[in-house]
Amino acid sequence: MIPAPSAAAPEVTAAPSEACAKCDVYRAANLKKLGVNVDRCDFVVALAGNPNTGKSTVFNALTGLRQHTGNWPGKTVTRAEGGFDYQDKRYKLVDLPGTYSLLSTSLDEEIARDFILFGQPDVTIVVADATRLERNLNLVLQVLEITDRAVLCLNLMDEAKRHGVTVDDRQLARDLGVPVVPTSARFGKGLPELLAAVASVVAGRVSSRVYRLSEEPPAIKHALNELSGKIKASYPGLPNARWVAMRLLGGDERIAEALRRGELATLAARVGDAAGGLLNESKEPAAS
Amino acid sequence: MNVPVATSAPPPAGDDILQTARRLRERIQGDVHEHLVEALYADAARITDRAVTRPGHQARATFDRSLDRLVTSRIWGFPVMFGLFALMFWLTISGANVPSALLADVLVDRVYPWLRDGAAALGVPWWLRGLTIDGMYLATAWVISVMLPPMAIFFPLFTLLEDFGYLPRVAFNLDQLFKSAGAHGKQAMSTMMGFGCNAAGVVATRIIDSPRERLIAIITNNFALCNGRWPTQILIATIFIGGLVPAAVAGLVSAAAVTGIALLGVGFTFLAAWGLSRTVLKGEVSTFSLELPPYRPPRLWQTLYTSLIDRTLLVLWRAVVFALPAGGVIWASANIHLGGLTLAEHLINGMNPLGLALGLNGVILLAYIVAIPANEIVIPTVLMLTVLVGRLHGVGEGAGVMFELDSTAAVKTLLTQGGWTVLTGLNLMLFSLLHNPCSTTIFTIYKETGSVKWTTVATLLPVALGFAVTFLVATAWRFFA
Repeated sequence: MIPAPSAAAPEVTAAPSEACAKCDVYRAANLKKLGVNVDRCDFVVALAGNPNTGKSTVFNALTGLRQHTGNWPGKTVTRAEGGFDYQDKRYKLVDLPGTYSLLSTSLDEEIARDFILFGQPDVTIVVADATRLERNLNLVLQVLEITDRAVLCLNLMDEAKRHGVTVDDRQLARDLGVPVVPTSARFGKGLPELLAAVASVVAGRVSSRVYRLSEEPPAIKHALNELSGKIKASYPGLPNARWVAMRLLGGDERIAEALRRGELATLAARVGDAAGGLLNESKEPAAS
Repeated sequence: MNVPVATSAPPPAGDDILQTARRLRERIQGDVHEHLVEALYADAARITDRAVTRPGHQARATFDRSLDRLVTSRIWGFPVMFGLFALMFWLTISGANVPSALLADVLVDRVYPWLRDGAAALGVPWWLRGLTIDGMYLATAWVISVMLPPMAIFFPLFTLLEDFGYLPRVAFNLDQLFKSAGAHGKQAMSTMMGFGCNAAGVVATRIIDSPRERLIAIITNNFALCNGRWPTQILIATIFIGGLVPAAVAGLVSAAAVTGIALLGVGFTFLAAWGLSRTVLKGEVSTFSLELPPYRPPRLWQTLYTSLIDRTLLVLWRAVVFALPAGGVIWASANIHLGGLTLAEHLINGMNPLGLALGLNGVILLAYIVAIPANEIVIPTVLMLTVLVGRLHGVGEGAGVMFELDSTAAVKTLLTQGGWTVLTGLNLMLFSLLHNPCSTTIFTIYKETGSVKWTTVATLLPVALGFAVTFLVATAWRFFA
């Protein structure tokens, strides 16, 4: 007899396995680690941040994958993908290369920027080092100029504590306009809260806004207004016209080229594909 | 995802926007980029000021700083590095002996006779018994007892050092050298990875943007002594170098010798990079910034777990997978007779003249051909072939049978009877450093470069260097000795 697909069967109330049921993170968050299984996802989550802030550790903790983590910058050289289930929804998590900015002076910055800008992930988690907040914020602000669907993961709180640094995460959330979650990913602390924040951004329960410089330089403010107005008119629905305008005013050839060729749209599709390796011939990360 | 942003955007609109941008840009005073970055940094500073409270004094940060001053110092940086690595090798060498002997005792002295007698009692034909038990089983047992203990000590130590944050300091120390060799400073990272596994090191070169410098990093990665070669280095150094000095300091001297070979490998990396960047891969050196991350207390249990699962067992599994068929092949070649001599003897005799000229012998060269899939099985193959061709009775148990060698003394006796000298040992260590990459690495190089030409260069360059260096050493040795 062929078992009929039972629509009534409760799917997520039961723990997927005994091990999961015992795991704190699961119990706290209803998290189901899916490893590399990322088909049919409901949402795409990007993981950005400065090098060596623990992005890969967060990635591994959420997906159950064991991507090599190490205490040195520049370790994630390809875009890694993994999946997890959270509260009935299937998420695909994309670990971007660590960068200090999104100004696209190198290939990894370009990969990260292209994905956040054109790939339009449902949420971007920016992982920041709580002990070096100011430098990390330079990247955070650049991400928030592009997308308001973001969560700041204030990682390495254990180290901040060790250094006697305290960070007022609520003040930070007010200033940035996105949820801020303090974590110590190496010890699994704060991850349930991070998941909850991601879910609330996805569900639109958080009112967030794209970041605008508090004082746009007077020299370019007018130009910025005019140009972004024009961009909005030609590309209605572009979520970050102001950022594109900044790039064009700054003479970013990559964006200009995308515009010239009408590539703004097609680039989105290209970024979506598994653009694994940095070189063309190394599309898939070698398993070694 | 992948919602097309503006599928209907006609190119003319894009042109219009670009023209506007160009027109507006001309009217802007100063550099737009600088204006924006300044505003951004000002915001970051303001927001940080409002959210972060720092204590008046930072004792820990000062500790980090003074440690950095020591390990990256011009004077002490290299000695500290040398000392740390020598310490790791010494712990590995002195710690691995006892468990190695224990494993050999169980797998070879107890399980092997039991398997052999059991198979005989069951009436299994002699050739099948030989192929599976004398060949495959013994080769595998040997690989496990020789490799597992050093790896189970070395990898966790290395991973702890990595977790602590020392590796970027090594990269910092080596950066200037790489740069003056015409290579990219980030190559220090892929070289470090190569000390674990060359295939992983080749993949790690993806952090280098410039194709020219990436090729240099790929071609020279093989000079980083990978874990498959550590056991060979450690065993031979213990026997031939440690044997030259009193027993009390033998462990230290052997560790220093292995460290010396590893450093020599780094030296060859610079030499080859220098040569390549001045001949076939000319170009500018690109700059990059390297952040020294804070030191972090290593997570002991997690490190132990991941280094055992990710590295030790993975590498061991690979060795076992290759040792199984290799054991069978060796046994077969030692039992197939062609005109009075076995196949293995024909091959060894054929390669002996070249081997001896290089201060090695035919056995070693044949072992390196057998071991192309995995460097790990060089030593077991060498030992077995030595018994075979030397017709040493009373040590082995018959043609193609690997035997118990639970002490390094027994190995030494055997090798000396096989005509080995200190020169053979030394040149084996050198050749182990300088020979073709294993087949996995060769395949990875091909995948990463997509070029048959550069894969060939990366494969043959180390062998050519190996022949040259061992020949020079052998000639000089014979001239002076």
